[in-house]
Amino acid sequence: MKKFFAQTYLWLLLAMLYAPILIIAIFSFTEAKVLGNWTGFSTKLYTSLFTGGVHHSLLGAIENTLIIALVAATISTLLGSVAAIGIFNLRNRQKMIMNTLNNLPMLNPDIITGISLFLLFVSFGITQGYTTVILAHVTFCTPYVVLCVMPRLQQMNPNIYEAALDLGATPFQALRKVLIPEIKSGMISGFILAFTLSIDDFAVTIFTIGTEGLETLSTYIYADARKGGLTPELRPLSTIIFMTVLLLLIVINIRSERANKTKKA
Amino acid sequence: MKDSNFIIELSHISKSFGDKQVLDDVSLYVKKGEFVTILGPSGCGKTTLLRILAGFGTADEGEIKIGGADITEVPPHERPVNTVFQRYALFPHLNVYDNIAFGLKLKKVKQDEIDVRVRKALKMVGMTDYEWRDVNSLSGGQQQRVAIARAIINRPQVLLLDEPLAALDLKMRKDMQMELKDMHRTLGITFVYVTHDQEEALTLSDTIVVMSEGRVQQIGTPTDIYNEPVNSFVADFIGESNILNGVMVRDKVVKFMGREVDCVDKGFGENMPVDVVIRPEDVYIMPPTDSGMFEGVVQSCIFKGVHYEMTVLTPDGYEIMIQDYNAFEVGQSVSMIIKPSDIHVMKKERVCNCFEGKMIDSTHVEMLGASFVCSEQPNVEGGETVEVEVDFDKVELMDNKEDGITVGDVRFILYKGDHYHLTVRTEDGENIYVDTHDVWDDRDIVGVRIMPEDIKIKRING
Repeated sequence: MKKFFAQTYLWLLLAMLYAPILIIAIFSFTEAKVLGNWTGFSTKLYTSLFTGGVHHSLLGAIENTLIIALVAATISTLLGSVAAIGIFNLRNRQKMIMNTLNNLPMLNPDIITGISLFLLFVSFGITQGYTTVILAHVTFCTPYVVLCVMPRLQQMNPNIYEAALDLGATPFQALRKVLIPEIKSGMISGFILAFTLSIDDFAVTIFTIGTEGLETLSTYIYADARKGGLTPELRPLSTIIFMTVLLLLIVINIRSERANKTKKA
Repeated sequence: MKDSNFIIELSHISKSFGDKQVLDDVSLYVKKGEFVTILGPSGCGKTTLLRILAGFGTADEGEIKIGGADITEVPPHERPVNTVFQRYALFPHLNVYDNIAFGLKLKKVKQDEIDVRVRKALKMVGMTDYEWRDVNSLSGGQQQRVAIARAIINRPQVLLLDEPLAALDLKMRKDMQMELKDMHRTLGITFVYVTHDQEEALTLSDTIVVMSEGRVQQIGTPTDIYNEPVNSFVADFIGESNILNGVMVRDKVVKFMGREVDCVDKGFGENMPVDVVIRPEDVYIMPPTDSGMFEGVVQSCIFKGVHYEMTVLTPDGYEIMIQDYNAFEVGQSVSMIIKPSDIHVMKKERVCNCFEGKMIDSTHVEMLGASFVCSEQPNVEGGETVEVEVDFDKVELMDNKEDGITVGDVRFILYKGDHYHLTVRTEDGENIYVDTHDVWDDRDIVGVRIMPEDIKIKRING
């Protein structure tokens, strides 16, 4: 009996968590303009999403989102990995301070990050557009990369970098041939995380995207919803994005699981 | 001194981490092709010295030369040395072949030559046909063999080994010791080996360097170090020994355990206090006889495989450790004989505690970072710097550090047959030496107290 309640509770909770996305996914397979009307099964929304039946600006927004996410994730992976190596080599006290400084931005509400970056760009007179959005995304993604790379460094035998130097590698060669292969899996996880964070972001983006007409997916959807009703094609799009993110998360989890297993073996 | 025979010349190396001095004016000269072992307890600075030699750390002071060239400022990747690490430090993402070929590939050696040399190195360490194995699938011993192959393939002038066998089990360690010794002979490379295992050092080395507290205590061949230790630290650290207080009556006669005995040492002067070292295997034990030098009663007898280890208590209260092939029952009276040549006499490093202190007023002196009450000093003024002497047995140690006038921790314990001689490091970094019958443990935190009448004060200028 007790087990029955525990099970019910769990499933209710999951249902509540996943209901909104499930509803969107279900209604992406019908043609009705208004969400909630079922006019029979159809994949027309999916085809029109990909065959240009949609508003031209939606595809543009998707493209912008992907470019920004790729560039921002790449830059933050590089910055974050270098930062992690640097922090790892600090003495205890400094290391603790730097780790705390790294963790703070992640706890900071997005809206605050967005406003402060907006003010920063304005006060430096930087024109808002692609650059500012990418800079902003790098700002909030980098700490997550540091967090992904750090455990790999901690698991590493501290002597192997020295062993490489000892065998005649210059510090740069030792970094490239020994250190980076060791932390590579952490860097990949960090990249994937940064990528999804960037795609997902709205609060920071809206403050840094400027007024030149640049749109990312999140700002496009926001504007679209305010104009009156969502474009029906957003339903298949949301479904696809959700599935992609789900897939990426599964990949990250499998990777870390596998890393743990090899460690134990 | 600075003959070209020396491949490694370490001169006056000092190093501190923060306040802690780990190396204090260490000098070491190593001949080409020698197998040198740096031996000492953990924290004695031996690994730091090796790291400075490899280039992973820098010395605060001093000069390092290898093959005559000054390499004090040369980064590790340009030094003609290779290192074998305690925890193997193989590259986990590379297989055995790529691990071993790592150094040669960096030097852009031709592929065919790399192949030949990798195979030769693998054969040398007894790992033929392991080229394509994942290093993570190898046992500890196999990993260390690969690590050795990875180092020697580069034909370094000097091979540095940082406790390479410490992580292996006893049987494997013994086998690898023999292999290392063979390898040293075949390769003709100079080996510098760091260990805390005295038996390993005695087995492997041409020369042993005994270190303690950042200083070199003795440099010599294994036989020298074992038979002629220069001080009580070395005698106690290398092998088992009985270390006793004695007095050199005159040349070739030493008095200890209440008897004057013939020995072979001379040149100490008359009636000089000395330390007497007797190895447990050098004491002949027998049923009571008139020709015995010492009498005693067996206190314990333990079978150790090859021999029995016994402790014998003399009527004067001295405990002597003896190793013999014959067992004597506990409670049995025995006689003991020691050959003159087996009695090793060492000059005492000190006969009492001697500090520099400062008078606060006529009844207080400041020393060891605290203020001690002393007997009335009519001729000495406040603020004057004085010499203070305290006998070893006049220093009291207390369990409660609050009960002491100053606080210290026990650094070194020496059993002297009927009492313990302790080295206690006070908080301000000075050592105070204590004779006591109480049992203390290494690293115990103790309170230190000295009675006012036991503090002897001397003015420095008469």
